Amino acid sequence: MSGVKPKASASAIGKDQLLRFYKQMVAIRLFEERVNDLYTRALMPGLAHLYIGEEAIAVGVCEALRKDDYVTSTHRGHGHCLAKGASPNLMFAELLGKEAGYCKGKGGSMHIADPGTGNLGANAIVGGSAGIATGAAYASKYLKNGRVAICFFGEGALGQGILYEEMNLAQLWKLPVIFVCENNGYNEYTHFSESTAGSVTGRAQGFGIATETADGQNVREVYTIASKYIERARSGEGPAFLEFKTYRYHGHHVGDIARAYYRPKAEEQEWVTQRDPVTLHGEWLMSNGVADRAALDAIQEALITEMDAAVEFAVASPYPDPIRVTEDIYA
Amino acid sequence: MAQTATAVRELTFGDAIKEAIAEEMRRDSRVVLMGEDVAEAGTTFKVLTGLVEEFGTTRVIDTPISEAGFTGLGVGAAMAGMRPIIDIMFGDFMTIIMDQLVNQAAKIHYMSGGHWKVPMVVRCTMGATRRSAAQHSQSLHAWPSHVPGLKVIVPSTPYDAKGLFKAAVRDDNPVVIFEHKISYRKVKGPVPDDDYIIPLGVADVKREGTDITLIALSSMVQVALGAAKMLEEVGISAEVVDPRTTWPLDEKTLIESAKKTSRCIVIDEGYGRYGVTGELASVVQEGAFYYLDAPVRRLGAMHVPIPFSPSLEDMTVPTESQVFDVARELCNK
Repeated sequence: MSGVKPKASASAIGKDQLLRFYKQMVAIRLFEERVNDLYTRALMPGLAHLYIGEEAIAVGVCEALRKDDYVTSTHRGHGHCLAKGASPNLMFAELLGKEAGYCKGKGGSMHIADPGTGNLGANAIVGGSAGIATGAAYASKYLKNGRVAICFFGEGALGQGILYEEMNLAQLWKLPVIFVCENNGYNEYTHFSESTAGSVTGRAQGFGIATETADGQNVREVYTIASKYIERARSGEGPAFLEFKTYRYHGHHVGDIARAYYRPKAEEQEWVTQRDPVTLHGEWLMSNGVADRAALDAIQEALITEMDAAVEFAVASPYPDPIRVTEDIYA
Repeated sequence: MAQTATAVRELTFGDAIKEAIAEEMRRDSRVVLMGEDVAEAGTTFKVLTGLVEEFGTTRVIDTPISEAGFTGLGVGAAMAGMRPIIDIMFGDFMTIIMDQLVNQAAKIHYMSGGHWKVPMVVRCTMGATRRSAAQHSQSLHAWPSHVPGLKVIVPSTPYDAKGLFKAAVRDDNPVVIFEHKISYRKVKGPVPDDDYIIPLGVADVKREGTDITLIALSSMVQVALGAAKMLEEVGISAEVVDPRTTWPLDEKTLIESAKKTSRCIVIDEGYGRYGVTGELASVVQEGAFYYLDAPVRRLGAMHVPIPFSPSLEDMTVPTESQVFDVARELCNK
């Protein structure tokens, strides 16, 4: 394993930050539950790839970023967008194809983008944003603005050549980009062991890139590791590759219900009941005296109100005027 | 030394392109150029010789042989405030960068509801008869022309190449420029040394005529002009129109010319089938149908992989005598 070994303890994280982790994770969970509901009630067109189960990664990484840092996201991207500061109102509006959405209804669930929060865009080509993230990091270095770029991708992207071309360029030119591999174990409907030869982090180590593998269900651990490598990149020491082990509670997309042919129910149950990032962090907050159950419930209640209002806003919002179809093709 | 007036020199096609890049790099520090062997080597065609000496290796950047990688990097750099020029040695390598160009660069502005921009130039080459065989000789400019969100330049003269290239660098959209590699040294012409730009989407009438319109792009403009000279000797007055960009496309100038002459041939070095000639012929047909005295004809590259052997390769590209023959047939002369 190359690079520094970060083992800053969670006690170094302030109380407000610890509570914010919880709030952000619950926000994503509640958002995605409403996406599931909208989709199954046929109010949401297209496809819905839920991030439920993986919340600690987006939150742990994005909480370690500055607002002007960059992220690129994936088809399973709602969590990244929210964690980077997206508004649930504009997110839901986009998911429903409404004019008020982040992309005026032209992008949808898989293409949320927002310059205001440094979100270069979710990408529906697996591995497709590796170049964009690396290029943004290149621009940061050239323009000397100190920004770091995060490239989120699932372990399914490990089969795409572009990822390795970008890792080579990133390390060759010491670019401030962090490749964050969210390893949820499944490339769509196929276990990653059936698609992935050799070592995951060994791929990056071959380029001389610093790597780390950690528990993606522990938000404090994700944050601590991400912070270390983000600051390392910001100081000019180059990229890192972080693999976080996680699990996708739902199917590949909302319609993927009969999953027994590719993964056992017992496995799903084990992650949901034993390794849920929201539950684990809530229990940690209570057992370490950071918050009691009532405080956590209050956080959740406020978020439920906010998310329900966001859904209401989106449902009531108008669709784009037909005249918009030929706008924004060219700048 | 301060210039007091615009000097017009004879430049080669290649030197005009280098001058455009150098001027834009002097004007805007966000403009960088990256590609394989672009720095000390000055590209494999030696078109950029001397550029790295002026701008250094932080702005004229040698990349690994990794076209998709550095094109993708260019997309992100453009989104994050740079104006990169991505050098793709051969247009045949368009295949390698297609996802970055088509699914990323072309769509980001639209998909983001107009919030992100990709001000990037991809420069690459086209053209056969260099004995480079099937993977280094194609003219694939129809491909990006097919995709909404991209702009495509296909210049034929040094003057046009400089003015259009400078416009591309200043454009807020991804622009692909196809440079005809045989033209780099072979084609010379007058080029002002000042800061002029040619807007994308404006055709140029290279020769006025009254009997037939020859619409030609890139290398085929010289072929059309040669054919026009031959036609003049048999009493046919040919007008040569160069669209200069396949998108945006100056449909009006093409249609007006065809309306005036009532006959039209479209000549291009790309493949004829499902290609640029088909599109332009269709534009003329739809726009000038009731003025036409004959069907619009097309001459494109022969529908074969470009062969190596000179005797075979030369057969695949439209020639002056082919244009001459088709024009005489259309004019009944």
